[in-house]
Amino acid sequence: MAHESEFAVEVNDVSMIFNIASEQLNNLKEYFIKIMRHELFFKEFKALKHVSFKIRPGEVVGLVGTNGSGKSTMLKCIAGVLEPSEGEIVVRGNIAPLIELGAGFDPELTARENIYLNGSLLGYSKDFINEHLQEIIDFAELADFMDMPLKNYSSGMVARIAFAIATVTEPDVLIVDETLSVGDVFFQNKCEERIQHFIDSGKVTVLFVSHSIEQVERICNRAIWIEKGDLRMDGPVAEVCEAYKHQFA
Amino acid sequence: MPNATLATSASHAKTGLQKDGYILQQLVTKDFKLRYRRSVLGVIWSVLNPLLMMMIMSFVFSYFLRGSNVENYPLYLIVGNITFSLMSEATNGGLTSIISAAPLLKKVKVDRWVFPVQKVFSAMVNFGFSLIAVVVVMLFFRVAPTWHLVWMIPALLLLMVFCIGISLLIGALAVFFRDMIHLWSVALTAWTYLTPIFWDLSLLTNSNAPQIVIWVVKANPMYNFLEMMRCAIVYQSTPTTTVLILAVAWALVALVFGLIVFHKTEHKFILYI
Repeated sequence: MAHESEFAVEVNDVSMIFNIASEQLNNLKEYFIKIMRHELFFKEFKALKHVSFKIRPGEVVGLVGTNGSGKSTMLKCIAGVLEPSEGEIVVRGNIAPLIELGAGFDPELTARENIYLNGSLLGYSKDFINEHLQEIIDFAELADFMDMPLKNYSSGMVARIAFAIATVTEPDVLIVDETLSVGDVFFQNKCEERIQHFIDSGKVTVLFVSHSIEQVERICNRAIWIEKGDLRMDGPVAEVCEAYKHQFA
Repeated sequence: MPNATLATSASHAKTGLQKDGYILQQLVTKDFKLRYRRSVLGVIWSVLNPLLMMMIMSFVFSYFLRGSNVENYPLYLIVGNITFSLMSEATNGGLTSIISAAPLLKKVKVDRWVFPVQKVFSAMVNFGFSLIAVVVVMLFFRVAPTWHLVWMIPALLLLMVFCIGISLLIGALAVFFRDMIHLWSVALTAWTYLTPIFWDLSLLTNSNAPQIVIWVVKANPMYNFLEMMRCAIVYQSTPTTTVLILAVAWALVALVFGLIVFHKTEHKFILYI
């Protein structure tokens, strides 16, 4: 295995198949009726078809593709939320998934309690959260509201805390899915700065999804184009983006 | 995800088990805090609730249960009641644990078994407080505990294993069939009456009930767990070998069955929640 570990993320022949039922069956009665009528055949939908790619540590990779092409499914598979139907994914190191922030946030708990809860779900150790609590609070700029239940927060304030927790540590693999449109303009800049800082360190592998080709070209050095579940192109960012822009031409 | 390997650094928990342990601790704390937040008496309710229940039930039932062999009926009643409540609270929580963790499971990678198990732990914490009510009753009736009290430990451990097994099983099934939620409330009600909580087995044997009925009651897992608890606190004797064997067997059967079903189905949860 030693020679393989030069890759931070390995995606080997991954397929993701969803069963699209005409409607979701939520009880036994519906289930038996469907069986009796021989209607229990699902239409298969392949969100990803035999996709393979490998990413080296420190690479900044942009995923491009039109809506519904499977980008988010790919990211969720890498983050471990979804399990691929076929193939395997190997991720070496900690993942900071900025796909959907604030997992496990409970509106009744205070911000401080939520930091510990969310931190535990992200896999932080207790000592680590204790040490970095102040840092998280400072970054979110919400020191005066720490003991207020989260339900009294505005959505922007919630997003600030969520982002601050997710990025308090330098991850090995950072997954960013257009979540940066959180909070006000000033906080957005702060978030981008922090991500840029990770990129500049050269140690963090970044997977970046955006519909803004301009943003991908600016930030990434490699791009992967996924279209209707197929891997269309994988290469230097300029080439891939050029081809992507001219697909309809 | 079984086919993804994760290395860790100092900021993160060292092993998967350590991470899950910390998540469990956080979730149990959260449940505990939310349960009593904004209630004036707070945690005292966990003590008060079984006490009040015991008073009402012993007021009603102690008269028509005169034919039974129970000596200290209030103590008999409260031990049976809190033990059964532990099971019903734990399994009721486990039943919807996966469904209600949906927003979370869709956002982060986390071991799914944590949620049903957490509900059992939370029920244990509440049970711990209701034990204070038992102490109050024992003090009131001047019942001194004996060394048999240590039987409580294996009894509770086995009951926990049993509840974890059931919670894994019904928690997984409820994901695919929401009917489980309704079915389980019916099952629990039936189970309440089938288990000698407020009545006593001698009522059945004295009234010449058919052997089959007595067998069913005696094979009932909750009867055996209740017997172990009552031996520790009420009868102050050693449980019979049959009770011990059945309690162990039920706990193991539930756990193994629950684990198998959970393990086979957990990969599909995300598509149904």
